Amino acid sequence: MRDFSYLRATSPAAAREAAALPGAMLLAGGTTLVDLAKCGVAEPATLVDISHLKGLDTIEVGEQGARLGALAKMSQVAGHEGIKSRFPAVSEALWQAASAQIRNMASIGGNLMQRTRCPYFRDPANFPACNKREPGSGCSAIGGVTRGHAVLGTSEACIAMYPGDLAVALVAFDATVHLGERQLSVDDFFLLPGSTPDKEHAIKPGEMITQISIPASAAARRSTYLKVRDRQSYEFAAASAAVGIELEADGRTIRDLRVALGGVATKPWRARAVEEALKGKVLEEDAVRHASLLAVEGAVDHGANHYKIELAPRVVARAILKTGAMA
Amino acid sequence: MTSPTTIPIHLTINGHDHSLEVEPRVTLLDALRDRLDLTGTKKGCDQGQCGACTVHVDGERVLACLTLAAQVEGRSITTIEGLAEADGTLHAVQAAFLEQDAFQCGYCTPGQIMSAVACIREGHAGSDDEIREYMAGNLCRCGAYPHIVAAVRQAALEVQS
Repeated sequence: MRDFSYLRATSPAAAREAAALPGAMLLAGGTTLVDLAKCGVAEPATLVDISHLKGLDTIEVGEQGARLGALAKMSQVAGHEGIKSRFPAVSEALWQAASAQIRNMASIGGNLMQRTRCPYFRDPANFPACNKREPGSGCSAIGGVTRGHAVLGTSEACIAMYPGDLAVALVAFDATVHLGERQLSVDDFFLLPGSTPDKEHAIKPGEMITQISIPASAAARRSTYLKVRDRQSYEFAAASAAVGIELEADGRTIRDLRVALGGVATKPWRARAVEEALKGKVLEEDAVRHASLLAVEGAVDHGANHYKIELAPRVVARAILKTGAMA
Repeated sequence: MTSPTTIPIHLTINGHDHSLEVEPRVTLLDALRDRLDLTGTKKGCDQGQCGACTVHVDGERVLACLTLAAQVEGRSITTIEGLAEADGTLHAVQAAFLEQDAFQCGYCTPGQIMSAVACIREGHAGSDDEIREYMAGNLCRCGAYPHIVAAVRQAALEVQS
């Protein structure tokens, strides 16, 4: 790991100012950044440590919704009683991610800044071509081993998968990222690769995530996060789904439905076509399985990742049926 | 407070105060092993994937390989060397690992034990399934998992009683 200078920020304003300088990066939990510095992917000149800042780690849950301070730890949010009761999919997405040790370190704001796990991206010594690392250098994944790569939202420049879980639940429930004065929906915060896969987040130099807010909804209260993976725990998703349902008073007609996918796309993927196809319909298995196929509309595989196109609709259907059966 | 070379840090490790100068890139794991001769904490993958380097910072389990030493300035660190009592009496989790034969080569064991102590304290050792889920961040290449689960289960019952 290359050396860098280290600056402990004393206030959010000082952190933003320091982080705007060339080569500077914000350091919170470090689980992504220290790892990528060891891989030779991140080469910061200065790390601006914000992990000691006070007042940015609060978790508030009320009638209006939830406010998660950017420095709250994944483990704290996962175990918060208000999150577990009003946003179960958010809690489940968090405790099914990473390991207990990493969840004690990783911050909520840093979680949104997590980079792809594409093995070509993570290995600059052996794979110099990576449009995400070096714009214009090419893509080593296309034509390579693609079992873990995206089938939705890809471009000719990049097929790297978005690996996170939390943000999948956040896009399902219309969460907002607070960047100081500016606010963005989580959906807009994550960018499609297009011709600029090096730009993953709509965050500008000198901006810092301060908070994530999630509006309360009946669908968020009756929600789940279903994660299917190669091993049972401590593994990224082969395919996952965050689902929330609000039923009409008859207990069987779908009033509101939220569906988002993880493990299959280049960003947290809201499946609005599935939602629209089922709203107003009676919740029954055949209709759910049929509508869930819409989750992978437009999917493009690169050989070894074809299974995701088969798997994702099944995960969506199972998650909808499981959520529908919840009391 | 910026420094291109080394920075002074002060840590409390297993109840003892330590002051040292480190480059900003030095991890807590390397500081423990190479600077303080506390080699009980193991370097496995050094990439946050195996859990061999698990230590406690202010009582919570973390990975020392992904923690910069500079970041834990002023914090209280507990390593495997600090678990037994001063008279050598083993911690309940250490004793349970011995009794259940919960290791083969032993390389992952310090990390497993530090993780298990925290797992029990967190209240995540209520069933074998819960132990497996909340110990998933500690890999064992020998595959001693059934005995590790048995040891955590035994220690959890002893600690809670």
